[in-house]
Amino acid sequence: MTSTNGKTNGTVRGAALSLDQARRYARHIILPEVGSIGQRKLLASKVLLIGAGGLGSPAALYLAAAGVGTIGIVDYDVVDLSNLHRQIIHGHANIGRPKVDSVRERLADVNPDVEVVTFNEPISSANAMDIIKDFDVVVNGSDNFPTRYLVNDACYLLGKPLVDGTLFRFEGRANVYLPGKGCYRCLFPAPPPPGAVPSCAEAGVMGAMCGVIGTIQAVETVKLLLDLGDPLVNRLLLFDSLSMEFREVKIPRDPDCPLCGDNPTIHELIDYEAFCGAPVTTLG
Amino acid sequence: MPNVRVPSMLRPTVGGERSVAADGSTLRELIYNLDSRHPGFAGHLLESTGSQRRFVNIYLNDEDVRYLQGLETPVEEDDVISILPAVAGGR
Repeated sequence: MTSTNGKTNGTVRGAALSLDQARRYARHIILPEVGSIGQRKLLASKVLLIGAGGLGSPAALYLAAAGVGTIGIVDYDVVDLSNLHRQIIHGHANIGRPKVDSVRERLADVNPDVEVVTFNEPISSANAMDIIKDFDVVVNGSDNFPTRYLVNDACYLLGKPLVDGTLFRFEGRANVYLPGKGCYRCLFPAPPPPGAVPSCAEAGVMGAMCGVIGTIQAVETVKLLLDLGDPLVNRLLLFDSLSMEFREVKIPRDPDCPLCGDNPTIHELIDYEAFCGAPVTTLG
Repeated sequence: MPNVRVPSMLRPTVGGERSVAADGSTLRELIYNLDSRHPGFAGHLLESTGSQRRFVNIYLNDEDVRYLQGLETPVEEDDVISILPAVAGGR
């Protein structure tokens, strides 16, 4: 873990906003639902992004711009030319560099109030609880089933809200899991067999789709941090860009869920590669 | 006739259509009806035993049929059936 205390302008957590901060966040502060108290709450908040890719890019940029005080990034990939049509946080000059370094520098430029904590390592059963435990909300931008089940289980066991998102070609989905109100296992009790579902690398994805879904994840995260409105809990938002339609379906909590059901059998993290029958071949 | 919204992953199995009309008084009948016109379609939703695959969700309007009567859920004329396979893409 590497922590970069971005130039904080002398900010003390929970303290009054500086003059610069009052100007920077003026259009937040003027919202009665946010105000100075809400903005200070954001500055004191900690959000972890799983993956600095298609979803993580817009989510990180908007959360940093919003003044979320600490942003954690888990990713051990390096920036590749094929990332750049959708992973808008990275630039051409960063090809070949670790994504976490690219993110740290970009976010420091977007908002020096933000402290960026980087985890340039794979997230696994061995480290997930330690990585997640100090954050308030987790945003999932991973790209494989083992990581999705791992992050789901770790968030539930730690009592952390999880803001989920997925992409496939011209379609995207987003929702929020709050502990006790259903989880990813309630939505999909079992992963598909290895190879049954193509990845984005195999199936493709329209780059701008990442902006739509990743930004919805950022919006939901800010709502959770400020306790605003109705989060996407127990409902799955479906976006079809070809028909330009948003729809919702319900995600009930499954009383038979092995993780969050009435008689759970999962009380600690398991071997997710074995559970999914596949190694984590891409990063998360 | 009920309408089935087909996700992009399964569209090749129905000739590229984004939605198809299908007949049947239950969800299972409807799936087999579609399979008779588009051979192989049912195999994406059902195990060889005939049970619903656990990584493919089926919704009657906005309700997950697992929480209704599963594949025996009655289907009405104006219902919309949505199919949601698990996907993992996020990068």
